[in-house]
Amino acid sequence: MIKIDPSDITPKKLYLSRRQFIGSASAVVVGALVLAACKGNLPTAETGTPPSAGASTDELGDPLTSYQDITHYNNYYEFSTNKEAVANLAKDFPTSPWNIEVSGLVKNPQIYSLEDLRKFLPEERIYRLRCVEAWSMVIPWIGFPLHKLLDEVQPTSEAKYVQFTALYDPQSMPGQGSEFLTWPYVEGLRLDEAMHDLTLLATGLYGQPLPNQDGAPIRLVVPWKYGFKNIKAIVKIELVNYQPSTLWMQAGPSEYGFYANVNPNVDHPRWSQATERRIGETGRRKTLMFNGYEEQVASLYAGMDLSKDF
Amino acid sequence: MIIRNRFFDHWFPILVNIACLLPIPWLLLDAWQGNLTADPIRASIIRTGKIALVLLVLSLMCTPLNSIFGFKPALRVRRALGDYSFMYVCVHFAIFVSLDYGFNFQIIGTELLKRPYALVGLVTGLLLIPLAITSFPPWQKRLGKNWKRLHRLVYVIVVLDALHFILSVKQGVTEPYLWMIFILFLLVLRISPIRRFLSGYFTFAQ
Repeated sequence: MIKIDPSDITPKKLYLSRRQFIGSASAVVVGALVLAACKGNLPTAETGTPPSAGASTDELGDPLTSYQDITHYNNYYEFSTNKEAVANLAKDFPTSPWNIEVSGLVKNPQIYSLEDLRKFLPEERIYRLRCVEAWSMVIPWIGFPLHKLLDEVQPTSEAKYVQFTALYDPQSMPGQGSEFLTWPYVEGLRLDEAMHDLTLLATGLYGQPLPNQDGAPIRLVVPWKYGFKNIKAIVKIELVNYQPSTLWMQAGPSEYGFYANVNPNVDHPRWSQATERRIGETGRRKTLMFNGYEEQVASLYAGMDLSKDF
Repeated sequence: MIIRNRFFDHWFPILVNIACLLPIPWLLLDAWQGNLTADPIRASIIRTGKIALVLLVLSLMCTPLNSIFGFKPALRVRRALGDYSFMYVCVHFAIFVSLDYGFNFQIIGTELLKRPYALVGLVTGLLLIPLAITSFPPWQKRLGKNWKRLHRLVYVIVVLDALHFILSVKQGVTEPYLWMIFILFLLVLRISPIRRFLSGYFTFAQ
């Protein structure tokens, strides 16, 4: 016979009410989360000139992500690994004066100031951005195609790749104190990828100058690749004859490849890339091959095994 | 000393219970006010998972708090901490299945079996079920010595829990590794010679 002290037994009234509470609480949690997920689509008030874009959807008919979400959910490890903390940490980041050195295997090496870059007329490009963490946004960038700049410096015939280097300044970029990643942030593209008309150097979004947390003053946008290829706060663009070793390739060679093309059929070793959450939506949508830019870019990779060259 | 003990006996478990329930209104309020980042579903999955881990680690701290520092009231809240941890694991998994994957069990199945982070999470959650069920005194008495053996499973579970966290983040995120180190430290404290050595230093006269 098991002996149970009366004091060990929870009164029936108490445990029943506890169950009831847990039941109704979970119903409310679910409801509130659905509401919160939908809120992202509401317009948000901003200071200064209101953010505006030339269209309200991308070419597939999907709505733009709100300015609020684009500027307050940032993967920018130079500042923080916490996406919500970046906007605040980057708010005093000095972006002027700023020079970009374009050098290496080129006929006309140049150092451009931001003012010099104004001659490349800015245009609006509405692109999907697919993060390697399986979430995505639709962003109305302002910028100019990288090939316009490359045409001016004229890569030599030996140039095969473009290597991008971001600012290294632990004083103003506190995340660079982390010794788990090799700073500065380095990214790379094959020359034909860099010359593709979709490849953009962005200097703004939603009709406004690029906010610091989104990579001011100038960042790369390659819409058919995972977001981490889009290096921010660029200070150097070099034409080289070797495949650059990027920050993420060094951090996890088996997880982050040089190409990093969005591909629902090649999973990250630790999570699936078949689906993604569009910010502002509940549930998940299927990830598109090359992030929906297959028609424009698939020919760049003809004959390549994309599960090996991931 | 007597007054303090009375305070702890009566109020400490109540305060701990309240503290364990507070994350629910906190989550609801943040969801209501839109404070759950641009990706509220992911944020609530991460938060409930984190709370579950924190509570499990706290429950693991109870024994050394008593055996090394002589803080007896800790033993009175150990079970509650573990059970609340299980509750948050259930909420965590429920959001993953419903709001995140919309009950698409084909994708969920593939994800759970193919992805190390998901598989380790699933195993962690499943292993917690027998512990949660048998955490109440009638079971403790029915199982006798085996109860203690069964509940040693928590040492495996908590390590798997931290591993689940490690596997779900990108490189450069150090937090889950710090949790793993702290957990291993708590487990080391249970090794008899170490425990005896430390309790000689810290236990104050009762």
